[in-house]
Amino acid sequence: MTATLTRADVVAAASSKRRRRVPSWIAVVPLLVFVGVAFGVPAVAMLNGAFTVKNQTTGATSYSTANLTESLKGAYLTALIGSVKLSALAGALGTLLGLPLAQVVVTSRFRALREAVLTASGVLANFGGVPLAFAFVATLGNAGVLTTHLGLKDKGWDLYSFWGLVLVYLYFLIPLMVLTITPALEGLRTQWREAAQNNGATGVQYWRHVALPVLAPSLLGGFVLLFGSAFAAYATAAAMVGSSIPLITLQIADAISGNVLVGQENVALAMSLDMVLVAGLVMAVYLPLQRRSARWLDA
Amino acid sequence: MAGRLNLWRWVVLGLAALYFLVPLAASVVFTVDVPGEGVTFDAYTQIVSADGFTSSLVLSLELAAATIAVVLLLMVPAMVALRLGAPRLRPVVEVICSLPLVVPPIAFVAGIATVLKWGPDYLSRTPLFQTFVAIQNPSFPFILVLAYVVMALPFVYRALDSGLRAIDVKTLVEAARSCGANWPQALVRTVLPNLRGALLNASFLTLALVLGEFTVAQLLGFQPFAVWIYSVGGSNAQLSVAVSVLSLVVTWALLLTLAGVGGRDKTASSRG
Repeated sequence: MTATLTRADVVAAASSKRRRRVPSWIAVVPLLVFVGVAFGVPAVAMLNGAFTVKNQTTGATSYSTANLTESLKGAYLTALIGSVKLSALAGALGTLLGLPLAQVVVTSRFRALREAVLTASGVLANFGGVPLAFAFVATLGNAGVLTTHLGLKDKGWDLYSFWGLVLVYLYFLIPLMVLTITPALEGLRTQWREAAQNNGATGVQYWRHVALPVLAPSLLGGFVLLFGSAFAAYATAAAMVGSSIPLITLQIADAISGNVLVGQENVALAMSLDMVLVAGLVMAVYLPLQRRSARWLDA
Repeated sequence: MAGRLNLWRWVVLGLAALYFLVPLAASVVFTVDVPGEGVTFDAYTQIVSADGFTSSLVLSLELAAATIAVVLLLMVPAMVALRLGAPRLRPVVEVICSLPLVVPPIAFVAGIATVLKWGPDYLSRTPLFQTFVAIQNPSFPFILVLAYVVMALPFVYRALDSGLRAIDVKTLVEAARSCGANWPQALVRTVLPNLRGALLNASFLTLALVLGEFTVAQLLGFQPFAVWIYSVGGSNAQLSVAVSVLSLVVTWALLLTLAGVGGRDKTASSRG
């Protein structure tokens, strides 16, 4: 610990003292070195492992795409599809449910309500993980308060299922959507609505021809962000369903902690690479959309 | 029209309140109303004396403090320097700080676990091996600080960037320099006070991230707070739910404090 701290200190201090002679990029060097070691090395290790195949009998290693092909087969493929399905559905529902909530909050006359909902969204959007899973287990799990008081079990309710996970994921996805879409909704000018009304448009027509087209990039961007967030989520699912629902994060975790056959570590790395590719795709869609909507809002 | 609009408003808000408040209320009921024992607050009184509570919480807070210190020491000089010069590096740093968003924590930890295995496999006779052992010391796993700093980079970058955008760093530093301040003085006594809101924001986001982090810590086999809650869940359901409720309340309090401080900061700067 001290080694890293002092190095960062020394370089930072030295750079600020000598900046007249030394260019200012010196102060960026510690950051780049740190990211190179703490992020670059594991990333390269993952890439390397994903393409390395170890021959079990001879112990020789060679490079091939066998792990990647393996990671797209059988149980691993089921897990990947399960994750994509869950994230797409939860993301779509989160988008559809978050939009009206954000709209009601943005157009509210009560400032306090706005502030309260936005602050709460900030907390809840980060309230993923183990506490969220336990709160829902206490509410709707097998011995949960609502389950026992309303007799939901006899009606076929099961929290530890695909739809149960969707319900839990929405708890942090809807607030995330509210946070994402609020700036776009604030960018909708009252004048646009008034202009539409003066031209004889109904409320539905206004939304259909004016508001939604303007919001479309933000909505799509929000959906993609929600998808990525649900796709990467691990703690909630792990604490809630163990591995009874096939999800790629649970599969990777199983492989890392050695709960499966020896020699599957590299397949876990290949699955991680699959996840990075999906997440990269998400960002590649999200960033241009965000820029596009930002252009509308700044204008 | 207005009446229908108001009805719509209340329906949306009512449903949202129902969905977001019921699990919290039910959790509290679950911890207080134990079947067969009636109403009892045992779950809450047990927390403090529970095995591992103090040590895991202390570990999480230590990790958070170390992560905040490292991430700010790395990011603040770099971001200020980028404002003062080296404009071509700016997009590079932005991309580098956004990269962790593309690698989900579970994929990141898979990479880290692979690297850590190199220790016993290839490096056991080199001095580097000692480093590998040292950063995995269970009483203070520095490897987690490394991972958390990387995971916090996107948030810290955004918080500092918006803070720096609001002030004119170049003028501030030049003014300080022409008044006779040296570089460290200019940074610490003029730039940093003006960044107070952004620094607090970045620190809070990092704190929330570290306190709630589960994936990396669990898969590397350490036991900070979130992993402890998880491990308690198997044996004592009431206790684990009680801790979950408390951790939400604490996060909420922290965020409200931050909003209060940030709000004051805004009015102060608009006056000045």
